[in-house]
Amino acid sequence: MARRAAVSLRSPLGRVLGAGSARDGTAHWWAQRVSAVALIPLTLWFFWSLLLLPNLDYATVRTWLSVPLSALLAVLLVAVTAYHSYLGTNVVVEDYVHAHASKLFLVLLLRFVYVLCAGAGIFAILRIAFVP
Amino acid sequence: MSVRTRPLSPHLGVYRWQIGNSLSILHRITGVALGVGFLALTYWLTALAGGEETYRTAARLLASPVGLVCLVGWTFSFLFHLFNGVRHLCWDVGLGFERTQRHASGWVAVLAAVCATLATWGLLWHGGRL
Repeated sequence: MARRAAVSLRSPLGRVLGAGSARDGTAHWWAQRVSAVALIPLTLWFFWSLLLLPNLDYATVRTWLSVPLSALLAVLLVAVTAYHSYLGTNVVVEDYVHAHASKLFLVLLLRFVYVLCAGAGIFAILRIAFVP
Repeated sequence: MSVRTRPLSPHLGVYRWQIGNSLSILHRITGVALGVGFLALTYWLTALAGGEETYRTAARLLASPVGLVCLVGWTFSFLFHLFNGVRHLCWDVGLGFERTQRHASGWVAVLAAVCATLATWGLLWHGGRL
């Protein structure tokens, strides 16, 4: 049996970019995993902190969130959660919404809602941290 | 142009519910639930920044019967999504792919999430913080 060298139809540029037919390669998959890893410590910190507070009164929660480290971690929590959740719900829309127009509408709506909520959440934390 | 009925690949209905596919869809459902929970989180934060009166309104809303059901649901969703997410990350690096390991880790994830949810709310209830 004669051995023939496999001839690839992919261009050298296509191969080196490694992006495939979707043109973004494994970027989405990686972003989902990396943000997931970042969220393990961030969400556990938030969960524990709220559980360890003596109560959830206005003064108690404000005092806790005014500490620079709490404010920093809370900002990161909101930002990374928005990103991770956006990536996930985007896939859900792509999988279950088939009509092109409604899919596009929902994907764009999600993007706007996440950016708005993340912006509002981060602005709120900064206001608490900087305006006593 | 006439539309012909095309053959379809087997759909969800033909598969038996097992631990693997059940937890896979539960991961999605809890993920979407946490997306809604994220909206609630940002509402709570903006209410906290808005002053004592707005915070009290938000706290009252979250402590209402519907609010508490949502909070318990988000607690379970978070814990399950966390444990099952770690399970997925282990698979991504090639760990725990064997059939028995897959099943065992699945049951551990869901039971640990149930137990941790009960423990969390038991702690809050016991401490009189509800």
